[in-house]
Amino acid sequence: MSIMSYNGAAIMAMKGKECVAIAADRRFGIQAQTINTQFDKIFEMGPKLYVGLPGLATDVQTVAQRLKFRLNLYELKENRNIKPKTFLSMVSNLLYSRRFGPYFVEPVIAGLDPKTSEPFIASLDLIGCPMITEDFVVSGTCSEQMYGMCETLYKPDQEPDDLFETISQCLLNAVDRDAVSGWGGVVYIIEKDKVTKRILKGRMD
Amino acid sequence: MEVLNNRGVEDYQTAGPKQSYFSPYSFNGGSILAVAGEDFAVIASDSRLSEGFSIHTRDQPKTYQLTQNTVVGACGFHGDVLTLIKVLKARIKMYLHEHNKDMSSTAVAAMLSTILYYRRFFPYYVYNIVAGIDDEGKGCVFSFDPVGSYEREPYRAGGSASSMLQPLMDNQVGFKNLPKQARVPLSKEEVVKKVRDGFISAAERDIYTGDEVVVNIITKDGVEVERFPLRKD
Amino acid sequence: MAAVEGPMPGFSFENCIRNRHLEKIGHKAPTAYKTGTTIAGIIYKDGVVLGADTRATEDTVVADKNCSKIHYLADNMYCCGAGTAADTEMTTQMISSQLELHKLNTGRKPRVATANRLLKQMLFRYQGHISAALVLGGVDVTGPHLYSIHPHGSTDKLPYVTMGSGSLAAMATFEDRFKPNMEKDEAMKLVRDAIAAGIFNDLGSGSNVDICVITKDKVEYLRPFDEANIKGKREGNYGYKRGSTAVVSTEVKKIPFEVVATQVVSGTEAMDTA
Repeated sequence: MSIMSYNGAAIMAMKGKECVAIAADRRFGIQAQTINTQFDKIFEMGPKLYVGLPGLATDVQTVAQRLKFRLNLYELKENRNIKPKTFLSMVSNLLYSRRFGPYFVEPVIAGLDPKTSEPFIASLDLIGCPMITEDFVVSGTCSEQMYGMCETLYKPDQEPDDLFETISQCLLNAVDRDAVSGWGGVVYIIEKDKVTKRILKGRMD
Repeated sequence: MEVLNNRGVEDYQTAGPKQSYFSPYSFNGGSILAVAGEDFAVIASDSRLSEGFSIHTRDQPKTYQLTQNTVVGACGFHGDVLTLIKVLKARIKMYLHEHNKDMSSTAVAAMLSTILYYRRFFPYYVYNIVAGIDDEGKGCVFSFDPVGSYEREPYRAGGSASSMLQPLMDNQVGFKNLPKQARVPLSKEEVVKKVRDGFISAAERDIYTGDEVVVNIITKDGVEVERFPLRKD
Repeated sequence: MAAVEGPMPGFSFENCIRNRHLEKIGHKAPTAYKTGTTIAGIIYKDGVVLGADTRATEDTVVADKNCSKIHYLADNMYCCGAGTAADTEMTTQMISSQLELHKLNTGRKPRVATANRLLKQMLFRYQGHISAALVLGGVDVTGPHLYSIHPHGSTDKLPYVTMGSGSLAAMATFEDRFKPNMEKDEAMKLVRDAIAAGIFNDLGSGSNVDICVITKDKVEYLRPFDEANIKGKREGNYGYKRGSTAVVSTEVKKIPFEVVATQVVSGTEAMDTA
């Protein structure tokens, strides 16, 4: 069994009209045994910038803390909020420096540009290969299921409320066909002037 | 690999005796998807046959019509698929001559299960889905594992893109995670549309699915076949 | 010493012992994105044409349908990458920055041979553990040059090269139709057809054809040059009515407006009494 599916996770991000969404499941388990069903895998990195970290839970938390540390240094030096694209380079750099002994996480980044509010989504593999897309990104133990859902259900330029329905349905139906992720979900809709966090009701088995 | 001397350098190893194994199976890709309706069933497959990183042919649909209203979808190792279908067709013909009538879809499914289990310790490497019309005239779908465990289901995906198609069908045909939506039975046209769209999506992301999707629409009057193009890369 | 320090330069091996232990107790290490790729390049009359497909795969799933595999090295040089996606990306970035510094130090346009040497020495140093297979092309004072660079650091200098999992399909096209001193249009058509051969016949390659034409004083980066496959159009409408998904709780966080500029108004200004 791959170490990436030791704890189980499912994370995805989608672009909408002047908004982005990032969603994750809430399970933390050790192989087949569920330990916690309110586990955070999405971390706030700025007022309009979020990162989702699926993978080995110990590395999820280590990477989140290391990123926050580097981000704080950047913002102290520059005295401004980081651009999502710059943050992507920062994550990429951290992961590639561990090229030969990687952290077992495959991050997803979603955010709006602090100045222009341009939507941005991206994902990376565990050694930091960046991938910026115009529609959606997925990562986690049920990535195939999520690809199948997103590829069919995704529509460009959706309003925040419609984007919420699409990303929620994509997430919930995907995790229901995966044994090590699920147990509810959480969705962040990031807009210019507000961030809406919704806890989803999903199957708890 | 893990032999390290005290300097932390891997030692060279001399070539010793080596056992070679015969590997009887390979995987030829392809996906199948079946949905049972009120008085019809739909079963579709793509037409790509591949191995590793190369394509053998772009025109080998993985659905096989067995009787007037039974179609089986079979993918996995194509050599086993061909043999299994040959055996199935022969057994169905024997049944026809003995009983002077076509085998029913439910009987085909039961027979397939025993044929598969007879090879319990050297199985056919084939994932099967049987679609047809049951004795009451309702659409039916049966899914199998390679050693004959089977189950009747409202819909089922199989093959290389099954993990992409299955959750989609849960949502679109089974109305899963939609607590407020009314569960209305879908029409033939709606099902074909959803199956087609599923394959278009699968072809985008699964490298073993593509070229063409072949949709078999089964009613009590027989089987209608429609073909639609997919990505060819 | 500063109170807080930034990250150390160079690779870090702090996780290696842990990861080796995890592998020993049966937890397989996951695979990184691969660009199971078709990349190719040829020399024609006035310069070099480079080509690449745009698919990145993770095992049998397409991870990126439109990734960029022709990387910038210098104004007169580009480099196609196959192999582990992160390695090709980072290696070309590092060499690109070294070339820029070299250019500023010497005050000359870097030569393709220099880039080739930097790349091969770096790859050789890592003994093939950095799995980047590259096609390097460019034009310098000595004319057009094309190299293929293997992950262990060996290089070839040839008039036409292909690499990646679709290299056989692409090379078949070149062997059939390549001739020295081709015209630009003919050369671009040949590279397109070679990449298309990879896209259609190799499952690891797919989507679009990117092409980069480098001549003495111009670079044309055409992305996409050709969409070999049109994305499938779905028939159904897959929107949901608002409120379809069951929600347990909602929490709204307002984002305060950022102060973009402040202006101090002088107190001596006369009050507007009009």
